[in-house]
Amino acid sequence: MSRITECFNNLKSQGRKALIPFVTAGDPDPKVTVPLMHALVESGADILELGIPFSDPMADGPVIQLACERALLHGTRLTDVLDMVAEFRQTDQTTPVVLMGYLNPIEVMGYSVFAEKAKAAGLDGVLTVDLPPEEAGVFNQLMKAADIDVIYLLSPTTEVERVKLICAAGSGYVYYVSVKGVTGSASLNVPEVAEKLQMIRQHTDMPVGVGFGIRDDASARAVSEIADGVIVGSVLVNKIAELAGDQDKIPDAVAAITASMRQAMDK
Amino acid sequence: MPTKEDLAIAKQMPDAGGHFGQFGGRYVSETLMAALQQLEQTYEMLWRDPQFQAEFDYDLAHYVGRPSPLYHAERLSRELGGAQIYLKREDLNHTGAHKVNNTIGQALLAKFTGKPRVSAETGAGQHGVATATVAARLGLECTVYMGEEDIRRQALNVYRMRLLGAEVVSVTSGTRTLKDAMNEAMRDWVTNVDNTFYIIGTAAGPHPYPKLVRDFQSIIGREARQQCLAQTGKLPDALVACVGGGSNAIGLFHPFIEDADVRMIGVEAGGYGIETGQHAAPLSSGCAPGVLHGNRTCLMSDDGGQIIGTHSVSAGLDYPGVGPEHSYLQDIGRAEYTAINDDEALHAFRHLTLTEGIMPALESSHAVAEAMKMAPTMDKDQIILVNLSGRGDKDIHTVAEIDGINF
Ligand SMILES: Cc1ncc(COP(=O)(O)O)c(C=O)c1O
Repeated sequence: MSRITECFNNLKSQGRKALIPFVTAGDPDPKVTVPLMHALVESGADILELGIPFSDPMADGPVIQLACERALLHGTRLTDVLDMVAEFRQTDQTTPVVLMGYLNPIEVMGYSVFAEKAKAAGLDGVLTVDLPPEEAGVFNQLMKAADIDVIYLLSPTTEVERVKLICAAGSGYVYYVSVKGVTGSASLNVPEVAEKLQMIRQHTDMPVGVGFGIRDDASARAVSEIADGVIVGSVLVNKIAELAGDQDKIPDAVAAITASMRQAMDK
Repeated sequence: MPTKEDLAIAKQMPDAGGHFGQFGGRYVSETLMAALQQLEQTYEMLWRDPQFQAEFDYDLAHYVGRPSPLYHAERLSRELGGAQIYLKREDLNHTGAHKVNNTIGQALLAKFTGKPRVSAETGAGQHGVATATVAARLGLECTVYMGEEDIRRQALNVYRMRLLGAEVVSVTSGTRTLKDAMNEAMRDWVTNVDNTFYIIGTAAGPHPYPKLVRDFQSIIGREARQQCLAQTGKLPDALVACVGGGSNAIGLFHPFIEDADVRMIGVEAGGYGIETGQHAAPLSSGCAPGVLHGNRTCLMSDDGGQIIGTHSVSAGLDYPGVGPEHSYLQDIGRAEYTAINDDEALHAFRHLTLTEGIMPALESSHAVAEAMKMAPTMDKDQIILVNLSGRGDKDIHTVAEIDGINF
């Protein structure tokens, strides 16, 4: 059983939902990322999503675009991101780590080299925003062989037939994008999301995480009532941006946000 | 050398998934998948529909002013002392470039889908102008994304778009040029996918865009082939077109794919020179395949997969990728790709203006420069057919600046 599946199973037996923070690796400095990952886990995060910096993050709003720019200023590359995962794994063998990003850095590294390095680093899952299952045949096989879950996005525009196709191709969990838009844009409409999740659950037993538009304790709690996982990104990245000149404060300050969300979700 | 069978296959590309061999495809975030599938269905249905074809042909004839002439540049040819140069005069189209062929076609698709808003990215502003033009004609709301750097160098076109009622949004992310405008246009589309038809300006992007843009632009090659036969009794020896994303080039090339004796030469922007790294020439500099803006294609990225900043004096060629069909045509050996530097393009701009009284766009000047290099190496009875993709009015400002003149 993959670490991700095990994590969701454990949470389920405790009647809890997964808190899944997203931060961009190397933002604002590569030195910050691993301590930040540990701080997030201590604050109650269950799974970590780590963004691979990319020069052209087409699905992201300004907040994460700027995070990519800050990370790239220090030349954070995919190999560096994998090194961070490996370093994190030295002291944490249980928390699943998922890389999230765009295909080109992986394409340029080569799928099989990536699979090999990712496995060695102790990575659990990968989500490539611009690689739909139709184009992912070879990629999926290699990831599967490396015991890495391939996580897909579902969106408000995804019709039933594609929900089936995507859930059949993915593993670990599916990520429901709660709004039409880029990251950090609108706030989500919980009843609408609930309705869509109901449809999705008819076609998969995989846990469903919901992301985009979760910005405070109240929205985290609301989503935790209808989804298996609550994915939160832009608010954390915003805090990182705020403290970019005072990096030592970042892990505690960001973890304070997730700790508070954790509390709200467990109430 | 591709065989006859290879060429027959090439002519039928892309496959059902939008692949040209290993290139093309549909690499986008999930939110856009449904819209692209819908666009594909609409397009496949309408493109075969005689009524749609008739409407498209009518607009091309009476609104764009087609057919565009094929002009024998006799004085230029005589002076170069070799092959005869013929210019396909896309510069004479309404709005001044080939771009309008495509926006007319996509506007008809937009009209059919009933979406009240269109959006576009633009580099030189020609596609933005062509989009704003069709939007004005159909009464559609129009937003055009343009890099801050390009807004500066193509100020005239920016004002033109605004006069046409379009909103021009300045893009300040990344390198502030065409690629960033395209990022922003895609972000807009993800957000407004329900009410917006995204009019891509070149033969790139996710399937079905490379195919439908090619089909709309192929009027260039179909006309040119007939005109060349009618005027000279034979096919040209070589086709030459500039390549940014590749829409004017593929429009010229595609109807000739199975004419194996006709060479196809795509001219990329060499910028300060390929050896300087400051260029926009993914094919001729030998870039490996990568994925950007929805398709797999030869792409300028570093060894970590980050997209590299490009440079060209011409905003319309200043793009790190290229339409997937060109990557494919290079891969199978059907088309050749080369680069022309800024200086050479500027020289060709001035030279064509002085010898023929035709002022080419800086983009098109790259193709003219390549033809000027080739002609002296060829026989007098050989023919080079150059796609003069646009007129140079929009670039007078840039050239004047280089001459130290400020208006
Ligand atoms: C006159 C002209 N030619 C060529 C191009 C390059 O585009 P493409 O390669 O799609 O023809 C442009 C783009 O702005 C243009 O304005």
